[in-house]
Amino acid sequence: MTGRWIVAAAAALLVCGCSTVQPWQKGNLAKPEMAFDPDVLEARFADHTYFSKEAASGGAGVGGGGCGCN
Amino acid sequence: MRGKIQSAALAAIMVCAGAANAQDIGKAAPMFDLPSSGAKNVRLADLKGRVVYVDFWASWCAPCKQSFPWMNEMQAKYGPKGLTIIGVNLDKKREDADKFLAGTPANFTVAYDATGKVAEVYQPKGMPTSFLIGADGKVRAMHVGFRDGDREKLESELAAAVTAAARK
Repeated sequence: MTGRWIVAAAAALLVCGCSTVQPWQKGNLAKPEMAFDPDVLEARFADHTYFSKEAASGGAGVGGGGCGCN
Repeated sequence: MRGKIQSAALAAIMVCAGAANAQDIGKAAPMFDLPSSGAKNVRLADLKGRVVYVDFWASWCAPCKQSFPWMNEMQAKYGPKGLTIIGVNLDKKREDADKFLAGTPANFTVAYDATGKVAEVYQPKGMPTSFLIGADGKVRAMHVGFRDGDREKLESELAAAVTAAARK
């Protein structure tokens, strides 16, 4: 019987672990330091250089003709 | 014994799930009482007979910033016809809201819900989310987000609510 109680309590605890961040609680997530790329322009620039050097374009949201001139 | 365990587990699940009070269109809008930018609290009960547009916003929400000039315009246009706009701020720190309002003035009532107790009840699905409450106290419409293309639809809903209120 005690075993069952432990299982039930553990299950209840596990369920409580599934908490969700509500839309109005995302203030901290919206901070600039939480972004993958703090500077959008710089990130674009780095991406552009990267795919030029790798001789493959696309995949980073910037179009290229494959002429090697981008 | 088994029943007890099952009901305890069920109760735990219900408590933890907790998202069962999302707003339904046509139902009576839950009452709230919040501190405002003025001296008096904002109470939904005091606004019976008026069309109320409740907008949940926060300083960190970019589309909220775009919605403010529009809400100012709507308050000026439909305010005399019976519309009250309430911007419910959900910032944890009041100074964040004050900073936002210094750059983006609000010519409508701002209420402060730092603990999110009213948000818990209204369950806004994104930021911003607005609820249009008719003069009869029932939720007429809900809208998530604010895009340029939304203005016309939102305004037509406001106008319809104000017209419906005037007919009574």
